[in-house]
Formats: sequence, C-alpha cells, structure tokens
Amino acid sequence: MTELRELYQQVILDHNRNPRNFGALENADRHKEGYNPLCGDHLHIYLNVDGEDLITDIHFDGSGCAISKASASLMTQMVKGKTAQEARDAFERFQSLVTSEMDTPVDLEEVGKLAVFAGVREFPMRVKCATLAWHTMKSALDGKHDSQITTE
Amino acid sequence: MTVTVAQQRPMISPQVGQTTGGGLDVESIRRDFPILGRAVRDRRLIYLDNAATTQKPRSVIEAIERFYEEDNANIHRGVHLLSQQATFAYERARGRIATFINAPESSECIFLRGTTEATNLVAHGYCRPRCGPGDEIIITHMEHHSNIVPWQLLCEATGATLRVVPIDDEGVLDLKEYESLLNDKTCLVAVAHASNVLGTVNPIRQMSEFAHRHGAVVFVDGAQGAPHLPVDVQELGCDFYAFSGHKLFGPTGIGVLWGQHALLDDMSPYEGGGSMIQSVTLESSTYADVPTRFEAGTPDISGAIGLSAAVDYLNRFGMEAIAAYEDELLEYAHQRLADVDGIRLIGTAPGKVSVVAFALADAHPHDIGTILDMEGIAVRTGHHCAQPLMSRFGVPAMARASFAFYNTRDEVDALVTGIGKIREVLGG
Repeated sequence: MTELRELYQQVILDHNRNPRNFGALENADRHKEGYNPLCGDHLHIYLNVDGEDLITDIHFDGSGCAISKASASLMTQMVKGKTAQEARDAFERFQSLVTSEMDTPVDLEEVGKLAVFAGVREFPMRVKCATLAWHTMKSALDGKHDSQITTE
Repeated sequence: MTVTVAQQRPMISPQVGQTTGGGLDVESIRRDFPILGRAVRDRRLIYLDNAATTQKPRSVIEAIERFYEEDNANIHRGVHLLSQQATFAYERARGRIATFINAPESSECIFLRGTTEATNLVAHGYCRPRCGPGDEIIITHMEHHSNIVPWQLLCEATGATLRVVPIDDEGVLDLKEYESLLNDKTCLVAVAHASNVLGTVNPIRQMSEFAHRHGAVVFVDGAQGAPHLPVDVQELGCDFYAFSGHKLFGPTGIGVLWGQHALLDDMSPYEGGGSMIQSVTLESSTYADVPTRFEAGTPDISGAIGLSAAVDYLNRFGMEAIAAYEDELLEYAHQRLADVDGIRLIGTAPGKVSVVAFALADAHPHDIGTILDMEGIAVRTGHHCAQPLMSRFGVPAMARASFAFYNTRDEVDALVTGIGKIREVLGG
C-alpha cells in the first residue's frame, strides 16, 4: 500500500472530503467550465480579479474524483490573494511537478503544499484529473472564450 | 518488472465444487493463458476487464507466430506455394468462423477490423442507398457509441430519422415501445446482442420477427454477445451480425460481419482497392463477389488465422459450457457485491452476461479504478463508450468488472476485498 499512500496523501483526502472555497461565487467576474468527458470530472472555476490584477476571490464547484477535487481545492487556497501572474507561475510549477519523471527530486521550497501531488507521477492516466482545475483557472485568467476546457 | 505469480503467491485455484458449472476445469484453462501468470504491481493479476478486451490463449499466440514463421505470403495473388498456403489458411479461418456462428455459407462472413467497421459498412453499404428523408433507423438506449454514431452520421447524410428504444431501471428493453416505433418507414434496427455495461441480453429473435413484419432488417452488434453466448445466426433470425476478434480471445484488428447472402450481394462496395474487383479499366471497374467485394486491400491475414485459432480453442469447451460457468460466476459476483455497503449495481436484467457495472457512494469511479489497480485488479472505469446510458442512470461514470471463463470465485472475493480497501483509503 506504500505507493497508494503516496497518491492518496492525507492532505488530498482531507481536501476531497472537505473542499475549501467550494460553491459558486456570485457575481464572479470570470467563470470557466472544465470537463473531462472520458472520466466524468466536471468543475467550474469562479474568479474575481481586481484592477491591480490581484485574485481577490476564487471558488470552484462540480464533481469529480478525489484527485481532481483536492487539486481544485488546494489550488484555490494557493492562488487566492496572489496576482494573476503569480497564479500562472504556480500553474507552470504544478504542471511540471505532475508531469516530471518519477525520480525527479521534488523541490519542496518551490512547490510547497503542492508536493502532495507528486504521487500522481506514478499514475500517468491521472495527470488529467490533477490538472483540470489548473487549466480551467488559467483559461479563466487568460479570458479565453472557449466554452469548455478539457485535459483529455 | 515481471514476477511470476508462483514466486509471490500460490496459483489461484478454483474452490471445491467450482468446476461443476459447465464442467470446466478452470485451473487448467488458466494455464492456457500466459498473461494470467504475470504479476501487476507485485501482486497477482486479477483481470476483470474482459468486456474491453480478453486475454489470449497460447494456441492463438502460437497460430499467429506459426503463420509468420512458416506460411507468410499475400493471399489470392501468387501461384507460388506460400501464397497458396496463406490463402488456404485464410479461407479455412473463414470457414471455421462461419461454422462457429452457424452461418449457412462461409462466404457470408466478411473479415473486417472489428465490430465498428462492420457497423459502418452496413450503414454505408446497405442503408445509404436505401434511406432518405422520412426513413427511420431504430437503435436502443443501451448501445455502445459504435452502434450510435454511425447511424447518426447516416441520418445526417440522408435526412433519415433516428429512433431510440427506451430501457427500464433494470436495464431491460421496452419491447412494447419497440413495437410501436416500428413502421413501414423503418429501414434498419441496430441493437446489441448484449450490453457492454448492463450485461442485458436482448431478445434478438423476437425483435427480428417484429422488424421483418415491417420490411426492416436487423443489424446485431455482437461484440459482447459472441464472447459469452452460443451464437447461431439462423436461430437469431437477424440479417447482420458483427463481432470483434479481440473480445473473443483472438487478436486485435480483426472482426467479422456476417450478413444474409442476398443482402450482401445487393450491396455496393464500402472501400475501393485491390482484391475487391473483378476487372478494372481506367474508365470503370466491376466488383468481385461477396465476401471479397468488401475486403479491399491486403486483409489482416494473421489476424483471421489467430481468430480462427481462438474459435477452435472455444470449441474445445463449447459456448454452452462457457455460458453455464459464467452464469454461476456472475450469480456469485452479484451476491457478494450486493452485500457491499453503499454499492449500487447497475444492470440487473435476468439472464444477463457476466458484466457487473457498479457505483459506490462517495467514491468516484477513477479512484475505484486506481485503488483496485494497486491490488492488481484490472477493472474498467469511465463512461464505457455509452454516455447516453450514463445519463439514463444519472451517473457521470461507473466502474465495471467483466468476467471471462478463466475468472474464478477467488477473484470475485479479491474484488470484494479490494472494494473494501477503497473505503479504507479514501476514509469518510
């Protein structure tokens, strides 16, 4: 069960059971839908970005597996109060964390709390679950007009 | 890393009394499938994804190897010995497979890539010239995408209308509704012999009789029927029956479309190319007879030979015996799984084939799939290429365990234990 524990870390399980910033954000100035039809992960990201490009609030809702839900929950915590650019940088760090080779050392200082997702590297089929919320958030920030984001 | 099971744990042995269903010696059957001896993530492999693809017995693997080592040449072309041997082996395979489904003539069996290609061939070759605005195609709510999308494309192209037979909560077709959907505008009825998610076996004979009263023909998607049930196309009374080799313990890339000779003979070619012609001038061509007309280009010769070897292997036991064994195993699986806390079994039609789809409260199917994988248990998770069915049962995705005749009660027990671990891991 060692490997499994690496994927389903306590932090991930906690965020799956008690997702933070969960629920629609009324009057959000940006909204984006993310959907992976093959696995059924389906979420919405709601954002408020002020004139200084600061993410003043971010929420998500929807349904999905433990990995996609926990990833969305941790992401909202991490980027709330950050600038859009900082959020984009965090996206890049997360993306390279979960898609790097299994034996690549994890730079804890760089990825911080997100290190709990390092176990996803062992399960390439689950990378799309972990990154759905991030891609959806990035697209919302970029103001892209695609109706729906997918990581499949 | 490949670790043999013997190093890890004793071989799975059927429990006492287990070989009574169908009289199969499952322990010996398991030894015929080399892959069942391997380990996955340092655990014994428990392969319960047979509806996606089945494992191959050694005799199939060896038949393909032997073809390439001893007989390989192109068919229906050269006068040299190897070409004759290859042609003989290919046509002999067609004959074996025709006998397996009790086709009146072996020429009625067309080798194609699989059920999907067969469906598209019927849509193009049979329906396209016969359908127009006002005509209707009937499918059912339990169809695999491969038996939905080709008909949608046909309707888009011809202006025909797609009608759908509903199902009830157990996963049984509403035959009354089916009867009322049929009319003189119905061109074709496309229906699964058995559902890949629900396991429901549809009453093909009855449905064919109803359809024929209105002059409609019946296409049966046998991808999930042929691996579990004895198939007698004459007894079923349908007009077309298609199945895939890889779900029938044969190789990937090969499948069969059976069709009534008169219907096939009246159909135009689907693809143009070599082999399928009688004569070609630069202005026009005349086409070969059935089945060659539908086998343009060099076919999957080794695939056909491999599939024939699979059929020979199944004939050693007989599909009746295989079906009887699987029935017992399915009943056991249903009993054990029904006791799992928070489980919802989807598809409870009487007489279903050995497929169990389920959902668990508080666990997404992909977490179920990963956690079972860590236990060495392979199941399918997702929408199973049947999204309309997911909507019908109000879930985004399901997990599915699908059994073959090499699976055992021990493996069902391991699945139940594995499902217990899901709770343990996810907590809550």
